[in-house]
Amino acid sequence: MAFNVLKSGMLALVQDLGRHGYQHLGVTTGGPMDELAFRWANALLDNPDNSAQIEITFGMFTLEAQAPTSIALTGANLGATLNDRPILPWQTHAIQKGDILQFKQPSHGLRAYLAVKGGFDVAPILGSVATVMRESLGGQTGKGHKLQKGDVLPYTATSKHDQKIVPRIAIPNYDSKDIAVVMGYQFDTFSGLDRARFFGSEFTVTPQSDRMGYRMSGQAINGNKKGIISEGIAYGSVQIPNDGQPIILLRDRQTIGGYPKIGCVTSFSGGLLSQKQPGDTIGFQCVSVDQAERERHLQLARIAQWR
Amino acid sequence: MYNTTPTTPEVRIDMVSEQACRLTFSATISNKTADQITIVSHHLRKIAGIIDLIPSYTTLLVIFDTDHYDRFAICRQVTTLVQSLDFDTAADQDAREVVIPVYYGSEVGPDLEYLAEYCHLTVEEVIAQHSKTAYRAYAIGFTPGFAFLGNTPEALHCPRKDTPRLKVPTGSVAVAEQQTAVYPSSTPGGWQIIGRTPLQLVDWGSESLALIEAGDTVRFEPISRDEFLAQGGTLDGF
Repeated sequence: MAFNVLKSGMLALVQDLGRHGYQHLGVTTGGPMDELAFRWANALLDNPDNSAQIEITFGMFTLEAQAPTSIALTGANLGATLNDRPILPWQTHAIQKGDILQFKQPSHGLRAYLAVKGGFDVAPILGSVATVMRESLGGQTGKGHKLQKGDVLPYTATSKHDQKIVPRIAIPNYDSKDIAVVMGYQFDTFSGLDRARFFGSEFTVTPQSDRMGYRMSGQAINGNKKGIISEGIAYGSVQIPNDGQPIILLRDRQTIGGYPKIGCVTSFSGGLLSQKQPGDTIGFQCVSVDQAERERHLQLARIAQWR
Repeated sequence: MYNTTPTTPEVRIDMVSEQACRLTFSATISNKTADQITIVSHHLRKIAGIIDLIPSYTTLLVIFDTDHYDRFAICRQVTTLVQSLDFDTAADQDAREVVIPVYYGSEVGPDLEYLAEYCHLTVEEVIAQHSKTAYRAYAIGFTPGFAFLGNTPEALHCPRKDTPRLKVPTGSVAVAEQQTAVYPSSTPGGWQIIGRTPLQLVDWGSESLALIEAGDTVRFEPISRDEFLAQGGTLDGF
């Protein structure tokens, strides 16, 4: 039993928590841009944490159900409808055979997560189903393709449905402009003025932002123009290239690079940033590693306790 | 303030985020540093909670799972390990040598003649220089399985192309400054292309996954056009 893709939309991808353990071969992780929303969707259906879901960016995506099941929607509100009736994210919905599930366009946030009871049945490659288009790895075909009209997304049918909703306090505020950054080991190579500019001014998300990285535009950070010896890149790294405009490297980042880094966006803030659209503005807030870890543990503990 | 833990005089550990730390072995690129990184990577793979390692020229990025393991315990284990290793005597027993057959020719290496001209060498001399050297795989990245190999003989040093090609065919062998590499898949690229290997560099269906890993020694072996074709090489792609 399966969902049939009737409209492919802008970008809909099969994702799990990512492809780990192959970065030394240059293989990036992929995985959900908004990890917290992804984890909540599986929690709502009592799925294992890593069950395969669909990450829908922007919308214009339509599915038809071939069999009854229970779904969870989290993340952005993309104006989803079930048989033309509006439905809300951060909760479960019962699905019957023949139901039409449509995602229109974003009213709040940018990326929605669709989980199905038991997870989508997709064959992993290198231990993960995460779709990385740039590397031609993962997804429905194993070759890194985004979902297309006519694709079939298999799941195990069930008529059992539990109405569940994420507690209000646990739902992230996508309007928040604060993006937390851990100061990097190269932070002291930036001048006081550059640091003040980085933490004291607003930056705008540019249209050249995708799953690989978010390119920002704002007051230029001059930094050290020399570049560095190429080194491994962590999730969330904030690179400052020669034009002084920060690039935040996200799930589909390259594994190695040689631009200086002023710091690293935390995993939780990386999810918030991923819900921003071109034109949205943000500001960077300085946090310690301990604060970043505490925030992550708090969010994960909420899910664990709720389960 | 920057979460710097001093360890041995040679290796510095910096926290990068709540999920990663970076080990810095040296400020400059050398075979000694590369050896140390290979040895440390090998040992760190055994520590529970470390989920990914990215070795590069002078650094090693360590990514850990703080959802299930204690960050301080992992960092302590890393520190202890680095301090306990005797780099001077610990020869790298794992060093593998990978031999890559290459058909050097203009039809698969459109920059071969340009490179010869730029370096004031004949095409034959370029081939001899490129294939006489034992290279070291310093890092894998850019695309899956793309090995940054160094160092090329000084006689071959040539800058990247001003405008990168939109498509470099799979298996292309290229040079840029002191580096050389084989393109494991067809991607854009700005290096000077001098030949092509019939070997497949990555095969996610096989157990070895990637032919070259960081720390390996790599040699290029010139083969004829006929040998190249007999080994499954193709001439198309540009």
